[in-house]
Amino acid sequence: MFGEGLLKGMAETARNFLGSYVSKDRLTTVQFPEERVAPIEASRNFPFLVYDGKDWQQGMRCVSCLICEKECPPKCIFIEKSTDKKPDATGKPQFYPAVFNIDVSVCMSCQICVEVCPFDAIKMDVAFELSTDNRFDDLLWDKQRLAKSNEYYGKIHPTEAAAVDAQLAEGRAKLEAKSKVTTEAKAVGAAVPSAQTVSGATE
Amino acid sequence: MPETIDQIFVIVKHWLLGYVPVEVQPLFSALLSVVPILVVFPLLFAITTLLERKGLGRIQNRYGPNRTGPYGLLQPIADAVKSLTKEDVVPNTADEVVHFLAPLLLVSAALLAYAVLPVGRNMIVANLNAGVLFFFAVGSLVELAVFMAGWSSRNKYSLLGAMRAIAQMISYEVPLVLASIVVIMAAGSLSTVAIVKAQAGYAGIWPHWFVFTPWGFAGFVLFMIAATAESNRSPFDLPEGESEIIAGYYIEYSGFKFALFFLGEYLGMFATSGMAITLFLGGWAAPFSFLTWVPSYFWFFSKLLVLIAGFIWVRGTLPRLRMDQLMNFAWRFMLPMALLNIFIAGVWHFMPAGLSRWLVCIILVAAPCILLSRGLKKEKKLQVRTYRFAE
Repeated sequence: MFGEGLLKGMAETARNFLGSYVSKDRLTTVQFPEERVAPIEASRNFPFLVYDGKDWQQGMRCVSCLICEKECPPKCIFIEKSTDKKPDATGKPQFYPAVFNIDVSVCMSCQICVEVCPFDAIKMDVAFELSTDNRFDDLLWDKQRLAKSNEYYGKIHPTEAAAVDAQLAEGRAKLEAKSKVTTEAKAVGAAVPSAQTVSGATE
Repeated sequence: MPETIDQIFVIVKHWLLGYVPVEVQPLFSALLSVVPILVVFPLLFAITTLLERKGLGRIQNRYGPNRTGPYGLLQPIADAVKSLTKEDVVPNTADEVVHFLAPLLLVSAALLAYAVLPVGRNMIVANLNAGVLFFFAVGSLVELAVFMAGWSSRNKYSLLGAMRAIAQMISYEVPLVLASIVVIMAAGSLSTVAIVKAQAGYAGIWPHWFVFTPWGFAGFVLFMIAATAESNRSPFDLPEGESEIIAGYYIEYSGFKFALFFLGEYLGMFATSGMAITLFLGGWAAPFSFLTWVPSYFWFFSKLLVLIAGFIWVRGTLPRLRMDQLMNFAWRFMLPMALLNIFIAGVWHFMPAGLSRWLVCIILVAAPCILLSRGLKKEKKLQVRTYRFAE
């Protein structure tokens, strides 16, 4: 019959209208600044630079290899490589970014910089309230503003961070074992040539 | 005492007129009639925007605006300040004069229609003998304003949007006028005051409104559907169709001119609703005989608010029609039904009062309605669509 579907639809909206005053759980709105939903782990918004330890400058993992700058599709990363080396968190001397800027207004949150980084130095943040009242200054974030601790990373992406930490620890352990082997080999090597020379001398 | 409250505005007006010299009294009298309309209806527009957003929110299980002021009550003021402070952009190639005049004409045309609306007992700006005719004549000025807006923008989209809007408005103006003819036949007058008077009186506690007759009910439904289309409201809001053509004829308008278009649209909606109340719902008369002590203007405005709530409800429920659906509906359903309704009103007039006349008229309304809608439905056969260029 004519108009039956219309009446059904009207009844449905009337039920919604009245029901939203009666039962609170019909209302799906989250009143944002006061109420917030729990952050979703897989969400990502804008990259940040991870540092280990307490000092953001010393602990920064970035060695300014410039891969992320080259890979960035909208070209929003600007890096200036340092001329000298400084010891990183583990004490190893490394290059460091003298300047590391990301333009918030250009970034498209593609996560490619994170995927290409061989040092797990750049990761995606979940912070989304990036608006500012200054169009030209506050949108270019410098090294200090981008630096966030590894603990923070562990907090926003627990699963991912745990995997990264395990991988890094494994790598460091391997490196240590290797360096131990090389130092031992060096020690052995130091002994062997002398023996050879000795034997050579005897022959 | 109830009479004093009922006539309070009329008494105040006469009391104020006593203080001005006789020569300027006609001018002053007109001013005192017009200014309240210029204040009340735009104010009603502001309130409606808030109520509409809140109502639509609730229909979609949201809160609606609740940030500005207590319960979001200051939202209209915030909207007004925003639209006033926005930059007024006029296209370089636009016809500046026409571009500027279009929104003004739209609003003034909508406001002119209020001249013949009796908002209460003895409360009418101009009691014209051809009030209904004046109303529809002024209402069609809106079409001109819409075309001025679309054409003067010098933009193909706005021109197409305007043509589309006019095609719709003219199509629905026909059933709108035809639906109101039955009332003019019954009341025997084109004067809005006389039409309200024709519906005065009660049978027991029930009023003699035209909507409580078969032809009156059909006429009311047809009138309201056509009024929805006339004021470009959902589901007939193709002229603005945000998701398809952005903003149709007012695409090149910004700032307060844009707000004026909305004001004009809402004023038009209030005016046609007011006309529907006058024609079918007994104007300012009380709905029951024991409620006649309540002031007449109260009844007019509560009926108006009920109709607006209906508009909002429909807007929250129905999706937008397609252009062909819209035109088919106007020309193949609304128009035959409206023409038939005139015949039914005639049958009602010439048959002796009693049950038989009710029965005959109800059958005469219902049968064509069902047959027409069935017939139109049968034609719509779903078929496999072939996309020539997309494959």
